[in-house]
Amino acid sequence: MVEESPMNAQERILARIREALTVPAPMPGSHGHGHDQGRVEVPAPVFAFQGRPVHVARAWLPPGGTTPEEQLTRFSAASAELKTDFRCVASEAEAHEQLRGIADSEGWKRVASHHSALTDAATTALGRPTLFTDGGYVPDDLEACEAGITTCDVLVAQTGSLVVNSRTSGGRALSVLPPHHVVLARRDQLVCDLTAAFQRLEELHGRNWPSMISLVTGPSRTGDIERILVLGAHGPKKLTVLMW
Amino acid sequence: MNVTLFIPCFVDTCFPQVGMHMVRILERLGHRVTCPEAIACCGQPAFNSGYWDEARQVAGKTLHHLRDAEAVVIASGSCGAMLKVFYPQLYAGRPEEAAAQRLSEHTWEFSDFLVSKLGVTDLGARFPAKVTFHDGCHGLRELGIKSGPRKLLEKVRDLELVEMSDAETCCGFGGTFAAKFPMISTAMGEVKCASAADTGAEYMVSNDSSCLMHLQGLLSRQGKPLKTLHLAQILDSQ
Amino acid sequence: MSNAAQQFLEAAGTITRNLRHRGLIQTALRKYEVARDRKKSAFNDWSSARQSAAETKWDAINHLDTYLTEFTSKIEARGTKVHWCPTGPEARDTIRGIIRDAKAKCVVKSKAMTAEEIHLNEALEKDGFEVVESDLGEYIVQLRKEPPYHIVFPAMHLTRDEISDLFERELGSAPTREPEELTMIARRALRRKYIQADVGITGANFAIAETGMVSITENEGNARLTAALPRVMITLLGIEKVLPKMEDLALFLPLLATAGAGQTVTGYNTLYGGPRQPGESDGPVEWHVVLLDNRRTELLADPEQRDALHCIRCGACLNVCPIFRNVGGHTYGTTYSGPVGSVITPHLRGLQDWKHLSNASSLCGACTEACPVKIDLHHHLLQNRRNAVGETPSWIERLAWRAHAFAVNTPALYQFGQEVARIVEPLRQRLQGTPLDPVKTWTSTRDLPPVAPESFKEWWRNRR
Repeated sequence: MVEESPMNAQERILARIREALTVPAPMPGSHGHGHDQGRVEVPAPVFAFQGRPVHVARAWLPPGGTTPEEQLTRFSAASAELKTDFRCVASEAEAHEQLRGIADSEGWKRVASHHSALTDAATTALGRPTLFTDGGYVPDDLEACEAGITTCDVLVAQTGSLVVNSRTSGGRALSVLPPHHVVLARRDQLVCDLTAAFQRLEELHGRNWPSMISLVTGPSRTGDIERILVLGAHGPKKLTVLMW
Repeated sequence: MNVTLFIPCFVDTCFPQVGMHMVRILERLGHRVTCPEAIACCGQPAFNSGYWDEARQVAGKTLHHLRDAEAVVIASGSCGAMLKVFYPQLYAGRPEEAAAQRLSEHTWEFSDFLVSKLGVTDLGARFPAKVTFHDGCHGLRELGIKSGPRKLLEKVRDLELVEMSDAETCCGFGGTFAAKFPMISTAMGEVKCASAADTGAEYMVSNDSSCLMHLQGLLSRQGKPLKTLHLAQILDSQ
Repeated sequence: MSNAAQQFLEAAGTITRNLRHRGLIQTALRKYEVARDRKKSAFNDWSSARQSAAETKWDAINHLDTYLTEFTSKIEARGTKVHWCPTGPEARDTIRGIIRDAKAKCVVKSKAMTAEEIHLNEALEKDGFEVVESDLGEYIVQLRKEPPYHIVFPAMHLTRDEISDLFERELGSAPTREPEELTMIARRALRRKYIQADVGITGANFAIAETGMVSITENEGNARLTAALPRVMITLLGIEKVLPKMEDLALFLPLLATAGAGQTVTGYNTLYGGPRQPGESDGPVEWHVVLLDNRRTELLADPEQRDALHCIRCGACLNVCPIFRNVGGHTYGTTYSGPVGSVITPHLRGLQDWKHLSNASSLCGACTEACPVKIDLHHHLLQNRRNAVGETPSWIERLAWRAHAFAVNTPALYQFGQEVARIVEPLRQRLQGTPLDPVKTWTSTRDLPPVAPESFKEWWRNRR
């Protein structure tokens, strides 16, 4: 077999695609007999994303809440269902107290984190040996840590999710390798739904995206054994969100 | 109205009472009923098997005899779907396309005819028994028939309707599927019958005799007490 | 009949009689239905969400060249190497080459149905690499040396006891009936692998053209680890996975999770836009994205069935299909099972060899109803049947249908046939169950209804 250079293969595939697309295919919703939904009214564009107006699916998706209070309630309810330990407290100091409490009850000997205003304050207040992943680390060392403490970019009320990334949350592994992931968040980081979350992410990172952006929804889970829910399949068994 | 009954071969041969009940019900409602004797099949068996030319040999005759009907009423959701949904596809781009389209617009499955076209739900029927309803797939998903039969059954005096958990799950008949893949067809039927039996109903009712033929065949072979009936048989009971 | 068709019939015959299997799968999928219905009802307008998703995918697939080109140039701009592979063997060879060049020994893998499709693991193992499946369900079936049972739930067919026995045999672990303990056994075994692996291979659910990223959906976190620790990362995906814009995910992630698993969204939905970037503390230094055609462009060329490429591999159609529920994933004998598999496999692997999958359906339409992107699945099965006949008709069957047409079109002949049926009824009943039974396929498990003494048409005629 003659070795094809990658460019030839790309052109080959693109040529096949263009050839195939010379015959048009019907628009969806054109099969179905009256009782099937046809074209939908696309909601009016709402905000700019990469300089373009964006179509919002908000009208059709599960709601995230219209006021900050509703959003908090929604996030709280979602967290309960997901078994995320969500604690909304009055102040950063109280969050540190909660963190100390968790560390004591779980007997943390070593934790991992990254440098940021929130995490530096928290790890200092915690006062445990801390591995900081910024600038690189030895994976075995991270594996030995009982908790990974990170910030997040945004939290999503609609789904009970939060977003971490590979640049400002301490790398790709910090939030997923240690068995307990603790997230430090401020109330103003909570948005109503995924559409709003993508908007926030574009504001934060649009000029220079991190190589990984992860929407985390609850602790790690599996239903692979008899469809029975088990937490902590590979990622963290526990997810705690401390918000103030 | 002038109602033209289309009686498919298995109803004609094995379940004539279904047709008889339909005639009586429609005549009681004051409509004139005719039944063209020359046609016996909608052409679905060949169509489903991929032999569309051969299906057209049958469908063409049926289309011809029904082309000017004011209202074609059918006792089966699957034959109804064939005429209403698939004839236009079968004849797309052909000279008969317009006729197929017209026929499609003038064809109804029986329960759909009563409820949607005539606006009738109370036929003055009485049937003291606990029944559960099986939604034939073609009627349900090709023709959108779900609430109609239930509205009709609700008005039947002394009848208790209970829903089975698998009401919308396919019974396993599927036409030639039942003969080509009998073991899968049987397994599906068994699941269906078990779901129906779980309700404690005495009768499993449907608007499609082909489903009932398959389900009753299983129930009889297994000696189960659950009985099957076509909707028309209940609606004509006093 | 093709070999595959013969095997299908035999496997179906065996498994449909297995009542234990039937109970297990019915229970699992009923649980799924309850969860799915709950999450569906949380949508303000599920129907419109589906329609919008269908339209978005229509846009993506019908402008596939534009979006793929955009995706490639955006992702390559930040250091990713994109490989376009027209066939399965080319994709395999490309990946083997990358791993060889990386001088790797151990490969860790997260779920990728495309890898199954091109039989990647076998090829890598033949090359002498250790390949470890990290998804719990895939890990289990890998240990059992069998293919995944379901595209989303690979080990759905196994009980906890079977899994415990398996772990005892292969890992030397203590037997246990607790799913939690079994999961921890796998977790412990796999942790070392993540850290030791030189190469991580992932699949992808979506390729975002606008930002040059792939999106990976999972619950366990194994794909996150596969993409975090090894120094070389390879992502394999079909060319049809394209989505035009990042914000499309706001619609597709909930749809995928709700339809596929009855969840609001899954545990981890992660966007990858490049290998480790400046200022990042970990991640692969090398990332290869392998785009696979493998006859998808042939399906693309069929405008009637092009929408089958809209599939987001959620598994909803498998879950609702009564055939799948009764025969299970292994019976199909091919990577993609259930309704979508029955639609696309004839295109990807040959119509005449695989048309039986399109035949093995009652055309109930539950799949089409369940599909979150509104693929016209059950009608495509019909079209495959028609196309198969158009290509290579069976002359016996053609003759039979012509005879049938003649009989039903000729009233005298039709009535004669009814008379004959009536007369031979007692004889037929006596032959029932014997090798001479002409309707054996029906009567082996079912009674036939008796021929009525008076047909409807006779009654109708006598009435007048």
